[in-house]
Amino acid sequence: MTKGLWELVLQGVWTTVQLLVLSALLATAVSFVVGVARTHRLWIVRFVAGFYTEVFRGTSALVMIFWVFFVLPPAFGWQLVPMWAGTLALGLTYGAYGSEIVRGALNAVDPAQREGGIALSFTPWQRMRLIMLPQAVPEMIPSFCNLLIELLKGTALVSVMGMGDLAFSGNLVRLALQESAEIYTYVLLIYFVIAFALTRLMRGLEKRLKRGVGKDLLNEAGAREAKRAETTGVGAAGGGVA
Amino acid sequence: MSVDTAKNPEPPTNPGPDGSPGSGTTELIRLENVTKRFGDHTVLDGLDFSVDTGKHVTLIGPSGSGKTTILRMLMTLTRPDEGTITVDGERLFPAPPKQVREIRKKIGMVFQQFNLFPNMTVLRNITEAPVTVLGMSRDEAEARARELLELVGLADKCDARPSQLSGGQQQRVAIARALAMRPQVLLLDEVTSALDPELVAGVLDLLRDIARSTDITMLCVTHEMGFARDISDQVLMFDSGRVVEAGSPEKIFGDPEQERTREFLGAVL
Amino acid sequence: MKWDWGAVRDFMPHFWDGLLVTLQALALGSLISFALGLVWALLMRTPSRWVRWPVGAVTEFVRDTPLLVQLFFLFYVLPEWGLTFSALTTGVFAIGLHYSTYTMQVYRAGIEAVPAGQWEAATALNLPWRRTWTAVILPQAVRRVVPALGNYVISMLKDTPLLMAITVLEMLGQARLFSQQHFQFTEPLTVIGVAFILVSYLASLLLRALERRLVR
Repeated sequence: MTKGLWELVLQGVWTTVQLLVLSALLATAVSFVVGVARTHRLWIVRFVAGFYTEVFRGTSALVMIFWVFFVLPPAFGWQLVPMWAGTLALGLTYGAYGSEIVRGALNAVDPAQREGGIALSFTPWQRMRLIMLPQAVPEMIPSFCNLLIELLKGTALVSVMGMGDLAFSGNLVRLALQESAEIYTYVLLIYFVIAFALTRLMRGLEKRLKRGVGKDLLNEAGAREAKRAETTGVGAAGGGVA
Repeated sequence: MSVDTAKNPEPPTNPGPDGSPGSGTTELIRLENVTKRFGDHTVLDGLDFSVDTGKHVTLIGPSGSGKTTILRMLMTLTRPDEGTITVDGERLFPAPPKQVREIRKKIGMVFQQFNLFPNMTVLRNITEAPVTVLGMSRDEAEARARELLELVGLADKCDARPSQLSGGQQQRVAIARALAMRPQVLLLDEVTSALDPELVAGVLDLLRDIARSTDITMLCVTHEMGFARDISDQVLMFDSGRVVEAGSPEKIFGDPEQERTREFLGAVL
Repeated sequence: MKWDWGAVRDFMPHFWDGLLVTLQALALGSLISFALGLVWALLMRTPSRWVRWPVGAVTEFVRDTPLLVQLFFLFYVLPEWGLTFSALTTGVFAIGLHYSTYTMQVYRAGIEAVPAGQWEAATALNLPWRRTWTAVILPQAVRRVVPALGNYVISMLKDTPLLMAITVLEMLGQARLFSQQHFQFTEPLTVIGVAFILVSYLASLLLRALERRLVR
């Protein structure tokens, strides 16, 4: 591969990273707004939020991208820059998945905590901000980490629309070289490295947040390890000692 | 009705632990210097004892004193860290897989939590091993399973699933399942601990029956002292991974020598 | 915004063709992912780490990289190696392979959820290794994994449009072809968008019913 082609790939990486960051921000915002709305006391708010989740989870991300690129412009009379169209489609779709994570984590907070907040006569918003979210957020991180990897994989979809991301640059190099094994191997490896870095990042974040609410990761890991030791006597090696 | 166990054609006569010739009986199970640790915790500490063919031996003692671990080792569910275990003159740990399988065929085990296979009917639970391990024909295995179910008083439950049975019924099926392999030794691991109190007596009566009417060797861990007194030829009192005292049930329950034994029996009786 | 029912009418025959291909790809992809995922899960339980380590690394790699690029890889590289398959076959295999790295985790959880006592009983009865797996462990694990596998089938449904990128005419491919020929984008894309929502909603209802039956 020539230097010029590598530059093409690097440009693709840059586009992918930009798209990933922007759509992750949008998806996070959507996740929290919709997720919190799904625990709202008014049924109509819950219903609208639930409807949003069902629709956007039900549809395919690629179909959504097509829709944003082709149907929105003529229908509403405005044309989006590809980067924003991609961000919108990915952010709205993955935000719907994220809202389920947020809702689940909020529901998993001990109800006594909410009652404690009521007893201290906090407003609902204060309860959410001061009591519920600080406890729920650390629990969400592992799921959000998985979702972030899914989103990274999802960014490749914009290449179908001709946007110059990493997957698209791979296609260009293939056309230039008339040879595909090498370039696609590199492209896959780059995606994998990004995914690996993201996983590390999220793990560090989880550790910091958990320390913030007084949960000792070390103890939890220790307990898990001890539990495993109890049960691996049998079965781990495929059935018994012999 | 009797349960026939596989007869050992020529039982090996082993010398006693002190090197003296065996005193007329044949030794089936022997543990020498067996030690087992879980992390820093020593569960069994240089344990020696043996069980003669046809004898009923009961292990008593406080929870966590390593009684269950002995049964699990004999069933090859756990390995000792040190020491040797021999069954019928053949050594376990280390042993080639084939030999381990041969030794396991001589041993049956009944668990505290029954461990019936929930995806199989009662009949299938009992016939599965005779068919796949002993190579028995399905008809023969089923006929035998029905006999055993009659013995344990559940002849009408052939086609039930374990989940449809009470705990006591499940445990009786588990006993039938163990006996279906015609073992020489039956290991009973706190078989009534998981049962509701009113179901305990039925299972214990069944085991008394089996102990009386067969020549099967039994090794039980139990907290039912009355049962231990009834069926045992020998009782071993365990504490902290060691045998504190061994003797006939009359001796252990009537006139124990050790303070620790008296203390324990005082607490449970 | 103007909506042309005529365009919808014209598109419908193509829509049904596309739906058929989508469902075909989904059914075959699911089967491959169920089978292959089980193979990975079992290999991950072998005592030798010379098996576990490569299987773990390869499946993690496949799971963490985009299905779309994997599709390109198989579609363009396999012919270079002298292996030619139809686009649909390649696509079905790629989806099945990709999702097998998810189903393997489902199986693993299902196998680990079988109580230790079941293994112990199988050992105590001296059941051979194979029989322990096929008669005792797997039948119990499979019951537990059905709901989770079903969720991945729904995810797979939503990933079938990617096959369009390697020329397969599934629903999205049909919609794009029609759009390009008639310069009408709104109607076909909206029709298939609604179709995806409907099909995945129906599938999730079906799954919930199945779950209730299995739990009982």
